[in-house]
Amino acid sequence: MSVNTDNLAAADEASLKSAVLDYVAKVKSGDIGALPAFLGLITLGLVFTFSSQFFLTARNIANLITQSTPVMVIAMGLVFVLLLGEIDLSAGFASGVCGATMVLLINDHKFPWYAALAVSIVVGVALGWFMGTLVARLRIPSFVVTLSTFLAFQGILLLMAGNGGTILLQDRFIIAVENNNLTPFVSWIFSIVGLTIYVGLGLNRILHRRRKNLKSEPFNLWLLKNGALVLVGLGLTYVLNLQRGNPPNSSIKGIPIVVPVLLALLVAGTFLLNRTIFGRHLYAVGGNAEAARRSGINVRRVRTIAFMICSGLAAIAGMLFASISNSISPTTGGGTTLLYAVGAAVIGGTSLFGGKGKLRDAILGGLVVAVINNGMGLLGFSPGTQYLVTGGVLLVSASVDALSRKGANVS
Amino acid sequence: MSEPILSLRGMNKSFGPVHVLKNVDFDAYAGKVTALVGDNGAGKSTLIKCIAGIYTAESGEITFEGKKVEINGPRDSTNLGIEVVYQDLALCDNLDIVQNMFLGREERNGITLDETHMESLAAKTLDGLSVRTVKSIRQTVSSLSGGQRQTVAIARAVLWNSKVVILDEPTAALGVAQTVQVLKLVRRLADNGLAVILISHNLNDVFEVADYIAPLYLGTMAVQVETKNVKASQVVELITTGKSEGVVGVNA
Repeated sequence: MSVNTDNLAAADEASLKSAVLDYVAKVKSGDIGALPAFLGLITLGLVFTFSSQFFLTARNIANLITQSTPVMVIAMGLVFVLLLGEIDLSAGFASGVCGATMVLLINDHKFPWYAALAVSIVVGVALGWFMGTLVARLRIPSFVVTLSTFLAFQGILLLMAGNGGTILLQDRFIIAVENNNLTPFVSWIFSIVGLTIYVGLGLNRILHRRRKNLKSEPFNLWLLKNGALVLVGLGLTYVLNLQRGNPPNSSIKGIPIVVPVLLALLVAGTFLLNRTIFGRHLYAVGGNAEAARRSGINVRRVRTIAFMICSGLAAIAGMLFASISNSISPTTGGGTTLLYAVGAAVIGGTSLFGGKGKLRDAILGGLVVAVINNGMGLLGFSPGTQYLVTGGVLLVSASVDALSRKGANVS
Repeated sequence: MSEPILSLRGMNKSFGPVHVLKNVDFDAYAGKVTALVGDNGAGKSTLIKCIAGIYTAESGEITFEGKKVEINGPRDSTNLGIEVVYQDLALCDNLDIVQNMFLGREERNGITLDETHMESLAAKTLDGLSVRTVKSIRQTVSSLSGGQRQTVAIARAVLWNSKVVILDEPTAALGVAQTVQVLKLVRRLADNGLAVILISHNLNDVFEVADYIAPLYLGTMAVQVETKNVKASQVVELITTGKSEGVVGVNA
């Protein structure tokens, strides 16, 4: 028996080594993945922790997370479009238009919040269908289509905002999403149940593959990844459960409600991309549209749906914008929103050339962008310097993407 | 002489005023490799596209397994069990071997993809073809060599219990060692009972694996011959002039 386990351990060790070699081969073949963004995030975190006493405080971490969620959700939508090798420049203002739709329905037509949100998502999907159809059927470059809609949506938002300029939101459910928290007890439950399900599913997958005699991820590597994830998850829960208000006047504790919302979107989207036929076809069209067409895949439909998902997620981001600022203004979703969202997806490891990327890239890259802005802000750097640094990081990510792709083509 | 599994008679196809195929007859046999040879513009590609359903011939009769059939679209030929491996292979570089083999025909388990089932089937097919050159069938196609890619494309074609596999210039872009590998694979396909149609410019390859040679000359089938009955010089003559002294066709 002991001999058996020894052998197993030895095999595992060897496969950990081969997993590293596999990763190197993967990078060489042009798939760099999320590792750079991951290491970058840790480095940035360490630098800011040591240079600012405010960075690693419960209040700052909670703010950083809540404020970056709308951009992350837009970035998640963009991943679908970027996977096709296309772009959607209008996603930022699409979120503004959809957010305004929702708020106006609540204010002027007395819709309950869920109905208003549902209608705004339908509006987003319809906008995406319009753009996706132009791109997929007429083959107008998505850059041009979405540049036009970028301007048009900005116009629609201005018209909707009217003379007042800003539309105030008073619905307490929507406002709660970004401003309220789960109670500490519920936070722990959420975190422990979530992590248990994730780890359990992963373990189940490995065992299932072993039963079928298929090669599975080395157990050591899996343990390492999941151990780290559990530690980070529990650590974050602990920090977010610390008091970050000013008692006795105000008490703020617990995981912000937007975190479960974001994770739900991540899980649903990842399921769609990795486990369904639509997801597989999306990657195929992004990798080689002609091959996909010859395999009988309806390329037009895949392209159109990707744009619909992108704008649909933008609508949810619009709700988050409305929740954060309790209002929608003519500049909601404008400014740097779209640029940061594209930056987040690319920094996270999604390729601009299509076919490569994961939904979690949006969150990872979104955190990198948010940490840069937050940390530099805390250190007193001007917005000008922050833009410069963020731009530099994006350029580096895009270069890594392009270079790894070039390397793959040479070999 | 066994009956051909696929038999074309009097195929005609024109593009506007250009008469590309003129009364072409062609046979392919199960368990045999039939090489379709001919100069550039002789009509090889047009002929296989008619078989694959990409073009529809204006006239002519197609018999498959003894029954008259109509091929009006790619679906028709796929349903009959005819698969084509085009020269550009049509693989997605960003997907792995299993994903490519099942592209467009994924196995489902409810609404989710049945990955383990697909992986087992893919492994079985590659084993059946004695393919042992790939390290893992979960590596992306971008990390494969030209010969390995050709192998994946061929494996995809035979995954579906297909009966006829058409290979368009499978060795054109390969080095010497990889060409040998792919030719061995072509032979194995036929030995497994498939009818293989091999389009090639390279007469060395043709003489190495083909049982029959069908030379096209300016849109007409010169004469379909058995490889063992002809010399390379005679085939060259058939390709360049359309006739050669003393050559006896199989269906003459």
